[in-house]
Amino acid sequence: MLNYYLTIVLAPLAASVVAGLFGKQIGRAASHWITILAVGLSFALSMIVLKAFVIDGMQAENISVYTWAVTDGLRMEVGFLVDRLTALMMAVVTFVSFMVHIYTIGYMHDDPGYQRFFSYISLFTFSMLMLVMSNNFLQLFFGWEAVGLVSYLLIGFWYKRESAIFANLKAFIVNRVGDFGFILGIAAVVMFAGSLDYAEVFSKSNEIAAQEIVILGDTPWNAMTVVCILLFIGAMGKSAQAPLHVWLPDSMEGPTPISALIHAATMVTAGIFMVARMSPLFELSETALAVVLIIGAITAFFMGLLGIVQNDIKRVVAYSTLSQLGYMTVALGASAYSAAIFHLMTHAFFKALLFLAAGSVIIAMHHEQDIRKMGGVRKYMPITYWTALIGSLALIGFPGSAGFFSKDLLIEAIHESHWEGQGAVYWIAYLSVLLGVFVTALYSFRMFFLVFHGEERMDAETKSHLHETPWVVTVPLILLAIPSAIIGWYTVEPVLFGPFFDNALYETERHDVIARMAADWHGSAGLVTHAFQTPIFWLAAAGVLTAWFLYLKRPDIPDTIQQKATGLYNLLVNKYYMDDLYIKGFASWGRSFGNFLWRKGDELVIDGVLVNGTANAVGRLAGVLRQIQTGYLYTYAFAMIIGLTMLLSWLIWFR
Amino acid sequence: MIGLQHYLTLSAMLFVLSIAGIVINRRNLILLLMCIELMLLSVNFNFIAFSRHLGDDTGQVFVFFILTVAAAEAAIGLAILVVLFRNRRSINVQELNTMKG
Repeated sequence: MLNYYLTIVLAPLAASVVAGLFGKQIGRAASHWITILAVGLSFALSMIVLKAFVIDGMQAENISVYTWAVTDGLRMEVGFLVDRLTALMMAVVTFVSFMVHIYTIGYMHDDPGYQRFFSYISLFTFSMLMLVMSNNFLQLFFGWEAVGLVSYLLIGFWYKRESAIFANLKAFIVNRVGDFGFILGIAAVVMFAGSLDYAEVFSKSNEIAAQEIVILGDTPWNAMTVVCILLFIGAMGKSAQAPLHVWLPDSMEGPTPISALIHAATMVTAGIFMVARMSPLFELSETALAVVLIIGAITAFFMGLLGIVQNDIKRVVAYSTLSQLGYMTVALGASAYSAAIFHLMTHAFFKALLFLAAGSVIIAMHHEQDIRKMGGVRKYMPITYWTALIGSLALIGFPGSAGFFSKDLLIEAIHESHWEGQGAVYWIAYLSVLLGVFVTALYSFRMFFLVFHGEERMDAETKSHLHETPWVVTVPLILLAIPSAIIGWYTVEPVLFGPFFDNALYETERHDVIARMAADWHGSAGLVTHAFQTPIFWLAAAGVLTAWFLYLKRPDIPDTIQQKATGLYNLLVNKYYMDDLYIKGFASWGRSFGNFLWRKGDELVIDGVLVNGTANAVGRLAGVLRQIQTGYLYTYAFAMIIGLTMLLSWLIWFR
Repeated sequence: MIGLQHYLTLSAMLFVLSIAGIVINRRNLILLLMCIELMLLSVNFNFIAFSRHLGDDTGQVFVFFILTVAAAEAAIGLAILVVLFRNRRSINVQELNTMKG
């Protein structure tokens, strides 16, 4: 299988290099063909790999391809660990990437940076595959940074737009904060386990958990807690968990296909994937799990609330992504790793679908993104309408859709995950995800109704051109709508309750919530019929009804609420003032500190006093000494006499 | 008790003063001559001090020689000076640079 793995990883890289470096020579069509074929090949091979695991029952493979360096017993390698978790991720990444490649032909049709864009998204596919297929921390870090880099390049794809440059810089810097924790975490792993290889580190996990480390003061910390929290800080940056979430909504400055590919379906789930991959480590630290749980809960609920007040179609979807990532994180914190990965998978499909549908609307509206200027689009764009409906239903967890299975079971898992010593954290998490269901339904259907139903608020010019988008756009929508609708029904049982993740994910018995749930499992149909008795369904229904009532039936009410609850509204519109805190707080503090160092430290002390100061001092001293050096013999003779006299005087008086 | 040491010190101070006078004073040729006289006198001081200290009169004889030579030198020096002044209308040392010394 090694040849397969290598082809899967390297085909997009090669295509990216060709399209990037020779894009001008080979032209636009050749650029998109070569990248699409490469990613299509990766996708096909990934499906073969997935089939080998799922149907033929292949065992996990751990292959070292190349040893880059060995220093002091620490091996730095390039290698692949392919098990079912990896195979699933590979399939999801390549599938969504494949769809997005096709979609891009339509979306970027008139863009001068056409070849560059294809080069970037292929490079992204390569990086992401390196990340998920890695068998060691170093390669994981490589993939981690590479996706970050491509994300940076793509958010700032329209580099002449000031807001895009701001957004990509913001994304990069916020991710640096997370990566700082991540690399410290990797360093801690090396320190405690002495290896970068997953298998070796996992086999030593009990040794790590037995150690303690003193960081500040005298309090000893469990080494495993430190390792896990540091690694999770990395995941917080990449997966945009509060308080490092601020970059994700701004990243919508990039073109819509990459919002779908990178900032919804794949890259942002890297953090979730990483924590799931590290489950043998996280399982041994309940403190770290509690941190994961609480961060996820905060993100899931509060970021969802922000979605309600956004007016930019892509930003609404962005906040819903944040909220859904929060859900996955909560599941990780509750030790329901398989539920998190399952939700990751379904979310990848329906969120990519929603983004691409939003993009389709944006194309039709001539790059207008404000949902207040849309409305009634349904009759002009039937395919987009129906696919977006499927995506939205999957997002809110309508019984039977993909999102329903993942989300329902995820919430159920959190409900079950009540173990000793967890206390209030459990209740915060459970209530957050439960109320989050209502919020999710409210904002997704607010957007849905405002865009597709109600009165037509666009101007006449736009309206006259409004029609369904070309097939390159709608085909990916349909292809993504199919798994969004049905994949949950067929995969939930093997993935969650079957032996699918047995060797890939690890739960201690105490935390094994999925196994506890398995006792009540009566098949997909059973879950669907049961759904109508759960608060989850009724909360979602209430959310949809509220959205319908507020935005279709009585559109005057939201304005009234906005005027009555100005404080709350401002709090939400200003995103809890997090941006202000970071930009006016940390960033401006950092800038003024940097300015101070530049002006005072560099220019004044180093340049002024040390460098020029030394030169000036020498010059001035030389100017004084030059007076003595007259060139007349008698002056030197006199100096000699004076010296002699002083020497003699010293001999007489002081000896 | 004033001993040899004090005489020698006084002599040395006079000597250094005279040298300083020669070097620092760059104006007046007469002052230069006076400083040279002072130098010789400080040497005389040494001679006398040692003569007395050692109980040997030779030193005092030398002093007479030196005084004689100094008087001759002063006479010649002043004569040159007068001639110089007649020629150049100045006794400023700094202007006496015809020989590029």
